[in-house]
Amino acid sequence: MFDPALPYELTPSVSVRPEPFGALVYDFVSRRLSFLKTPLLVSVVRELAEQPDALAALTAAEVPDKARSSYLDALAGLAAAGTIRCREETR
Amino acid sequence: MKLVEHFKDGLDAPICLTWELTYACNLTCEHCLSSSGRRDPGELSTAECKAVIDELQRMQVFYVNIGGGEPTVRPDFWELLDYAVSHDVGVKFSTNGVRLTPERARRLAAMDYVDVQISLDGATAEVNDAVRGPGSYVMAMNAMANLADAGFTGFKISVVMTRHNIAQLDEFKAIADRFGAQLRITRLRPSGRGADVWDELHPLPEQQRELYDWLVDNGENVLTGDSFFHLNALGSTPLPGLNLCGAGRVVCLIDPVGDVYACPFAIHDEFLAGNIRSPGGFEHVWRESELFAELRSPQTGGACTSCSAYDSCQGGCMAAKFFTGLPLDGPDPECVKGNAEPALAAVGAGTAPKPDKDHSRTAYRRPVPLGMPTARTPDRACDTSPLAGLP
Repeated sequence: MFDPALPYELTPSVSVRPEPFGALVYDFVSRRLSFLKTPLLVSVVRELAEQPDALAALTAAEVPDKARSSYLDALAGLAAAGTIRCREETR
Repeated sequence: MKLVEHFKDGLDAPICLTWELTYACNLTCEHCLSSSGRRDPGELSTAECKAVIDELQRMQVFYVNIGGGEPTVRPDFWELLDYAVSHDVGVKFSTNGVRLTPERARRLAAMDYVDVQISLDGATAEVNDAVRGPGSYVMAMNAMANLADAGFTGFKISVVMTRHNIAQLDEFKAIADRFGAQLRITRLRPSGRGADVWDELHPLPEQQRELYDWLVDNGENVLTGDSFFHLNALGSTPLPGLNLCGAGRVVCLIDPVGDVYACPFAIHDEFLAGNIRSPGGFEHVWRESELFAELRSPQTGGACTSCSAYDSCQGGCMAAKFFTGLPLDGPDPECVKGNAEPALAAVGAGTAPKPDKDHSRTAYRRPVPLGMPTARTPDRACDTSPLAGLP
């Protein structure tokens, strides 16, 4: 279950390829291709590993206040798909 | 803007790249999209192939679909496979199974980032071998058994849908389930030698309905390479997929001599974007080719614009239109609304563009009807197998 108060990171088997619309995301283990649909979401995902929690990643990527809830939904979706993972237990 | 709209403008690198490693093939399938048989003397060397892989890694092309010809008959095939996966380029390769011994299957099962796709065009030897040649059914089934025995689960069984095998859809699914594999079905195109057998093999209108209904019922667990979007006009349930022609936008083909085409079904000068041996390599072709720029520019529906189904079928397949002599901005030859019939009737006999890169062996003979023994003997003593002398 995604919790924005926890720290996250890109799953190690996942690669991100920037594209004009956002990015392609590929998981080399599951062989699943998916998409980050805005460049801002790409910035948020890249910030995850640098920040103490997901909320801080939103702030660091300068997500506008009114968009924060939809970006949290997007992160929850990425966590459910295995694209990002909680990094707490690996520390 | 919807994601799929972005795809129409093209991407920095392809999503789905097909790379045909050789035109050499041990089989002589009647509908071969690349008219394969003989090895081309100008084939990319091992070093050139590795340079392509390096470039794909730089461009973050996450995986390639390797085919041919029969890619595994290249003596350096397994070396290139290892090289690709160790350079972050995953591989799915298509094979007729000729080299998939129990030992090889075990080694493949132990590799990450590799997927295998076995071609099978009939759920019975009778239907399969009429198209793919004698012995090809047994060869494919043995390969699948070897993969399954080695614990390689989820490999793909790839079927080109024809008039003779649409009734076998449930049987194909049962074969896939039996081997723990996944079924993939794709559309027959009038490309390569497929142009010669198109009229006899492409599905009849009532079979298109049968196929569509089957996909609506079973599509979730069956791959299609997005190749049936022209059927979407048959009903209100869109088939899963992008519903767009990806040629030059998200898809392209690198052929064995390094030529880059807009899609695997379009091996013809008309769709040749460049060659990876020229300065700038593949990246330059993908990003700068005039042909690809044109394919990424807004397309008009032409004669289809006024059709109520255009939004769901998008005018169908470019290659299918081209090789049946139809205009690219008109209906698909298998238009489910029947709109192609007048246009097809107006195409003069023999005037449709011919596939112009034939690597068929000279012993190649015209099709034998279904159910008849397919016996091919060389015309001359020198027409030996392209595999002769290979390990």
